Amino acid sequence: MALILSVLEQGMIYAIMALGVYITYKILDFPDLTVDGSFPLGAAVTVVLISKGISPVLTLPISFVLGALVGTLTGIIHVKLKVRDLLSGIIMMTALYTVNLRIAGRANFPIYNEETIFNNGFLNSVVPAALAPYTTVIVIFIVTIICKYLLDAYMSTKSGFLLRAVGDNPTLLTSLGVDKGLVKIVGLAISNGLVTLSGSVFAQHQRFFDISVGTGTVVIGLASVIIGTSLFRKITVLRVTSSVVVGSILYKACVALAISMGLESSDLKLITAILFLLILVIAMDRKKVQ
Amino acid sequence: MLELVNVNKNFNSGTINEMCLFKDFNFKVEDGQFVSVVGSNGSGKTSMLNLICGSMLVDSGKILINGEDITYKKEFLRHKNVGRVFQDPSKGTCPSMNILENLSVADNKGKPYNLTRGTNRKKIEAYKDMLRPLNLGLEDKLFTKVGALSGGQRQALALLMSTMTPIDFLILDEHTAALDPKTAEIIMELTNQIVREKKVTTIMVTHNLRYAVEYGNRLVMMHEGTVVMDKSDEEKKNISTEDIMRVFNQISVECGN
Ligand SMILES: Nc1ncnc2c1ncn2[C@@H]1O[C@H](COP(=O)(O)OP(=O)(O)OP(=O)(O)O)[C@@H](O)[C@H]1O
Ligand SMILES: [Mg+2]
Repeated sequence: MALILSVLEQGMIYAIMALGVYITYKILDFPDLTVDGSFPLGAAVTVVLISKGISPVLTLPISFVLGALVGTLTGIIHVKLKVRDLLSGIIMMTALYTVNLRIAGRANFPIYNEETIFNNGFLNSVVPAALAPYTTVIVIFIVTIICKYLLDAYMSTKSGFLLRAVGDNPTLLTSLGVDKGLVKIVGLAISNGLVTLSGSVFAQHQRFFDISVGTGTVVIGLASVIIGTSLFRKITVLRVTSSVVVGSILYKACVALAISMGLESSDLKLITAILFLLILVIAMDRKKVQ
Repeated sequence: MLELVNVNKNFNSGTINEMCLFKDFNFKVEDGQFVSVVGSNGSGKTSMLNLICGSMLVDSGKILINGEDITYKKEFLRHKNVGRVFQDPSKGTCPSMNILENLSVADNKGKPYNLTRGTNRKKIEAYKDMLRPLNLGLEDKLFTKVGALSGGQRQALALLMSTMTPIDFLILDEHTAALDPKTAEIIMELTNQIVREKKVTTIMVTHNLRYAVEYGNRLVMMHEGTVVMDKSDEEKKNISTEDIMRVFNQISVECGN
């Protein structure tokens, strides 16, 4: 039971990040490595703000805005300075490593005794004792669902239509008199906003920031997106964003399974890489069959 | 009015493949004209449209629309009052969005793309009325992804989308070339109808000499970056496909092939 809860918790936290990766990888066709820097950015900002007494709930929108700024920068590097997509992300990821260290002031920053969105006076007073073990998973569920629905809502606005069109057919945007570069920047901003928000939730869940928490985030995001979109391609009742969330949970389940079979958590990155490779190969096989 | 004044355009400047396409090229299109452009492969038709639309910049010279110098205006800004349909049907629509969403996004051209709803249910009937005369059955497929439509259906949609909002110029580059003869006919009729109804100034590149003769009120033939034939109104009415073929052959002979 504890294992299932932990998979759900982690899966849904990373799902918010995966929604961001979905925007760049699937919609913009932009493999954005900024993610490895913007995820720990959310964690760094959050532990610092919480330790300074800022309300934990407030750290979520603040993280989103900061992430959106970071995504905007990646977009400007790519669109205005005409640096290739992968390289733009690598530049930002590298720069953010220092930025994150500066924000936190050190490589490891625990907040064991502070209030978080999972553990605060308000929650402790309203949640009945019987539900207490589930508080965390419920809070994460609410945050993730809100993110998913906001993203769905955005995608059905006029601005969201442009975002959906830009990856598909950039020529159409030009024909419509729209600056496709700007639309890409907006997409990168929203994507990294979500990733950073996810990093904020992650830090509050783990109760610490560590400079290495970002390493490999993009791989987890890509794996979740690919699992979600290729597994549920046929099921049209499920929105793509929902499939991405489920994909993220499934991915965490796979990792948990691998660990429970005797692998140690120090093997985690290796498991991540091998799993990702497997997923890529399997997803490609399915494409060929079609 | 559209004017190209003393336009020069070279490709691959400074390499052994350097090639001069336009040399002091001048071209003028009056308001309300429907110009058919014909010419052999590589004669510079697409390049001319690219220069006008800003997909490519001139080396020197000027491009004016109604007197305004747009030579270095950004491509997307020029399209605010220009509609364009490409030879490739997939360039004019968005495959992952359905017909309704495609029409809605085109319908909003010139207005802000903000956070209001992308589709408007109240407009569905109007869209259906637009699609019905095409006789392609699109009016019953509003919620079908455009990626699942045939090339002809997509091209019809692309043409409607590019002319939904008020535009000063319509630019068509072999927009019936990828279609079967019957669908090409439908699209060509639709084009003619739209151009007449909206009185939009149009430049249509085509390899179909019959279309070039039958439609439009001006016919231009290009060859190696120059205009070798230019007939409008009465003069054009008396021209036949045979006349055009004759000029074609004459040029080929002069060039020694
Ligand atoms: N981007 C480019 N780089 C180099 N050469 C180019 C470029 N665009 C066009 N050209 C050259 O300019 C000439 C005219 O090409 P263009 O595409 O305008 O011809 P066209 O009249 O549209 O021919 P078609 O009937 O085949 O479409 C060709 O010789 C082509 O090789
Ligand atoms: Mg051409």
